[in-house]
Amino acid sequence: MSANNAIIRMFHVHKRFGSKSALLDLSLDIGKNEFVFITGPSGAGKSTLLKLLYIGEPLSEGQILVDGMNLARIPYKRIPSLRRKFGIIFQDYKLISSKTVYDNVALVLEAAGKKRRLIQKKARSVLRTVGMEDRANSYPLSLSGGEQQRVAVARAIVGDPKIILADEPTGSLDEESAGIILDLLKGFHTRGATVIVATHDKAMIRKIGGRIVKLHQGKLVESAAYETSTDDFIL
Amino acid sequence: MKPVQMISSYKRAVHDLLQNRYLNAVTIITIALSILIVGAFALFFINANDVMQSWKKGIRIMVYLKPNIPSLEVKRLQDKIQLMYGVQSIQFIAKDVALKRLRGEMRRQSSIFENLRENPLPDAFEVRMIASSQTEEKVEILARQLELLAWVDEVEYGQKWLGRFENIFNLFRLAGLALGSLIFLAIIFIVSNTIRLVLYSRREEVEIMRLVGAADRFIKAPFFIEGLIQGALGAIIGLGGLFVTFLIVISKVEEGFAAVLLNIRFLPPWLFFGIILCSMIVGWLGCYLSLKQHLKA
Ligand SMILES: Nc1ncnc2c1ncn2[C@@H]1O[C@H](COP(=O)(O)OP(=O)(O)OP(=O)(O)O)[C@@H](O)[C@H]1O
Ligand SMILES: [Mg+2]
Repeated sequence: MSANNAIIRMFHVHKRFGSKSALLDLSLDIGKNEFVFITGPSGAGKSTLLKLLYIGEPLSEGQILVDGMNLARIPYKRIPSLRRKFGIIFQDYKLISSKTVYDNVALVLEAAGKKRRLIQKKARSVLRTVGMEDRANSYPLSLSGGEQQRVAVARAIVGDPKIILADEPTGSLDEESAGIILDLLKGFHTRGATVIVATHDKAMIRKIGGRIVKLHQGKLVESAAYETSTDDFIL
Repeated sequence: MKPVQMISSYKRAVHDLLQNRYLNAVTIITIALSILIVGAFALFFINANDVMQSWKKGIRIMVYLKPNIPSLEVKRLQDKIQLMYGVQSIQFIAKDVALKRLRGEMRRQSSIFENLRENPLPDAFEVRMIASSQTEEKVEILARQLELLAWVDEVEYGQKWLGRFENIFNLFRLAGLALGSLIFLAIIFIVSNTIRLVLYSRREEVEIMRLVGAADRFIKAPFFIEGLIQGALGAIIGLGGLFVTFLIVISKVEEGFAAVLLNIRFLPPWLFFGIILCSMIVGWLGCYLSLKQHLKA
């Protein structure tokens, strides 16, 4: 990967929780418009890696560059603008239960200070994209897991982010719901976004291909295109 | 998420909302009561001040003249006093006029006057002072100067007690201001505590908003609006309550008493809106304190 083509660069990144290391000396480049799977057994550090990117956790050592921003040096005030580069699909959805589906999605654009007209148009259009437009006025807790996940996807893509981060986006979903989410991610990748997915889901990886980044106990074990990867990449 | 967890989460969310509504109602009522007290004080001082001013306007010095003063001397004396420092106006009250006035005022006891063969009252000047010279010292100085004039028998200024009263009044006013400030301070803490609890109940929402790229300002704004609304609503309800109480008191008092009370007025608009504004500022401050403490990076 050439440096000027990378949207994310990680140099010798360490993350410790107290005395416990969650990530050890991790160096990794992710290119623009790449589709990357972060995989590895439970506790390998997949979620931690994603959190470091949007400063959900501060890194302990090393350097991370995201779209030209140095995360070790970023002033507190710029963190929101960093986070708006990402569309994040959280493992536990993180929808606001006191707001309707529509409001959850529109919130991202409101926070970014977009115009009301544009917010309405955009929020409705992404809800249509994920097939949730008829549930716009429902509250998150009245939706099934798959539907909540689709709302989470809608919220992640509504701000046209450069990078999509998805932590186990199909983790607790049935095959059909997982398929819908997968198609949405693929579609977004086709339109030019970089997509990074942390997952155990073998079937998903098989369908997409892309690049596999394999972690084990906080260390980078393998980083290769799906086709050339050894078959035991998922544990 | 399992259905049971969903239901319990939903219940907790609804519970939180209801709890906040109650909390907000309590906060607003507490503010309203505080404002009622502050407003009552302000109402008292506004009206007491009016009374003081009207008394002050009535400050006059009576200069009683020696008997049998020639009218030429009266004229000269009048001109002389007119030019003295602090004098606004001077009016000669001949003893006949004074007696007539007295008779008019004491019509029922007119028998007292029947046996009078001679007018017992002296001629007099009624001296009124310009407003800026109505302090106790200046009145006293002028009175002493008047005493020294020829043909002047006695100088009287009945409102000596007014000066002392004014001092006491000022002391009360100071105490009232201190109490008012204390009450506003209390409101700051009430609002700050409420916002803290609301913040606690919404901590998840706040965290999620952060993660999707909302800036602190955007997250904090609703809380500030809440503080402002609490302050405004509390003040409006409190002052409304005060107004209703005011009307009831005015209408209930006996008629004779009412004549005196007729001059009593409610808070003037500037004070009315001033109190509401103060209450809003105080609500904002309470919110600011709370967010400063609990919504850091
Ligand atoms: N906030 C935290 N405090 C302490 N330890 C943590 C924290 N977050 C993660 N860890 C530890 O860091 C290691 C990596 O955790 P992480 O969540 O990144 O794993 P993962 O690969 O996402 O696992 P899974 O597949 O189960 O989601 C684990 O051992 C975990 O216990
Ligand atoms: Mg994880």
